[in-house]
Amino acid sequence: MNNNKVIQVEGLTKMFGDFAAVNAITFEVEKGEIFGFLGANGAGKTTAMKMLIGISKPTAGKATVAGFDVFTQAEDIKKNIGYMSQKFALYDDLTVKENITFFGGIYGLSRKLIKEKSAVLISELGLEKVANTLVGALPLGWKQKLSFSVSLIHEPKIVFLDEPTGGVDPITRRQFWEMIYKAANQGTTVFVTTHYMDEAEYCDRVSIMVNGKIEALDTPKKLKEQFEVANMNDVFLKLARG
Amino acid sequence: MKRFIGFIKKEFYHIFRDRRSLFILFGMPIAQILLFGFAITNEINNVDIAILDHSKDATTKEIINKISASKYFTIKQMVTRDADIASVFKKGQVKAVLNFEKDFSKNLIKDHKATVQIITDATDPNTANTISNYVNAILQKYQKELNKNITFAYQIVPETRMVYNPELKSVYMFVPGVMTIILMLVSAMMTSISITREKELGTMEILLVSPIKPFQVIIGKVFPYIFLSIINAVVIVMLSIFIFNMPVQGSLFLLGIESVLFIISALALGILISTISATQQTAMMISLMGLMLPVILLSGFIFPISSMPEPLQIISHIIPAKWFIIIVKGIMLKGVGLQFIWKETLILLGMTVFFIALSVKKYKIRLE
Repeated sequence: MNNNKVIQVEGLTKMFGDFAAVNAITFEVEKGEIFGFLGANGAGKTTAMKMLIGISKPTAGKATVAGFDVFTQAEDIKKNIGYMSQKFALYDDLTVKENITFFGGIYGLSRKLIKEKSAVLISELGLEKVANTLVGALPLGWKQKLSFSVSLIHEPKIVFLDEPTGGVDPITRRQFWEMIYKAANQGTTVFVTTHYMDEAEYCDRVSIMVNGKIEALDTPKKLKEQFEVANMNDVFLKLARG
Repeated sequence: MKRFIGFIKKEFYHIFRDRRSLFILFGMPIAQILLFGFAITNEINNVDIAILDHSKDATTKEIINKISASKYFTIKQMVTRDADIASVFKKGQVKAVLNFEKDFSKNLIKDHKATVQIITDATDPNTANTISNYVNAILQKYQKELNKNITFAYQIVPETRMVYNPELKSVYMFVPGVMTIILMLVSAMMTSISITREKELGTMEILLVSPIKPFQVIIGKVFPYIFLSIINAVVIVMLSIFIFNMPVQGSLFLLGIESVLFIISALALGILISTISATQQTAMMISLMGLMLPVILLSGFIFPISSMPEPLQIISHIIPAKWFIIIVKGIMLKGVGLQFIWKETLILLGMTVFFIALSVKKYKIRLE
């Protein structure tokens, strides 16, 4: 197995009864890559992602994440990935510090390491003043950034982001992508689903899912050339309309 | 283990920072016990009654005196005509009317038999029954006094003794019931709500993606409530001992063990509820309708199971609260040991194991 391929998927399928939510998808993601996973609502993105992060068992096919098999080594996968969902998912009734400590704790970080990490994290995000404030009192943008940082606290090999920028203003989205770039530069692979086609342009490579299948997969530049359009939005529309 | 402690710490933050759950946890048990202990009572005191005395002789006067001297009755008015009885009831002034027949004394001496009619307002059947029993008791006692010097050839004298609760205090009956309700509420409803809350907020997903195991999540969520329920049980028992002077005849230790068993069965039910409900509201509704109502109505707490229709009696068997109430009453009032309640304990244990197995199974299915 090539060590540079942190995600390898071959013919991965998920059936719900007779319905193939994910229909034999095949792709690979390289280390340090920002991989955009696009598709309309109901195209099967979230189902595919759930199989990769080990909370849904595939019906057929093969897949390894961070070198571990999704069928047999889900527990090992969990230790090596970070995850941030489209729903904001820190605890509103815990302070910034308590949230960081809690999530550091469930990933098995030592108390000393958690202390160091949270100091760095809080200063990087400029949250010193609100470190002991309940997260519920923070603006959404701050929460999202904090949530992303928390998903990286155990230095995962791959971070899965499920529509991370939903409902966030353009400036925060910009800052958020800067954080994603920074993580990628440090060698973390980023697997991101999004609705925003301008965000697709920021990805190294993009796959577009339609009705459970991957219909296109390449760099944004090549996809635009292939479909002879000016932006990713038009690529998406062309594909989705068939 | 370190993960687990961090998790439990987080749960306590949730509980202590939420005023609503704090109130349900600690305000309600105390409020309920006091309410049931002081306000809600099956005993009657100072019930207003009316007298219709057709004979007005020495005997009836003596009986009337005895009745008015008791703390149970207050003679509100004297009625003079049969026709007025209906109107005093309609006005709602009195709960009962005693109607002495004409020539009461004379009949008693001549025929050895005289009649007094007890008419009660049965819009509230329980009270009506109690009133009639109390009046009967006073009459019986008077009769005994009269017959003191006469010996009959054959006589059956029923001598009633109320054991385990000689003063018929209703708080003795409510404490086991309220304790059961509170433990059920705290354990089942609060856990099911706290688990579904994580589902609703999306944090459950984050937890499932993390290396922490699903059963660790569940135990972590449940553990604080075991702890808090035990505190609650202790508070309730203390209140009933020190405020209502309720005796604990049996072993406190056994009571504690049985309570923990019941708490665990309720927690398992809570987990089960959380697996089938997607939102906190649903979890709350299912807990209230599916658990609280049967506990109140079918557990034998208020309404005696033996007088229920057959189908309800059968249903009552599958309610853990029923068995727990029998156990608590047995230990607190009768002072029995395990040798008398092992059957109930075993049933409760069986149910607990069943609920745990079922919720584990359901929980696994949900993860697929």
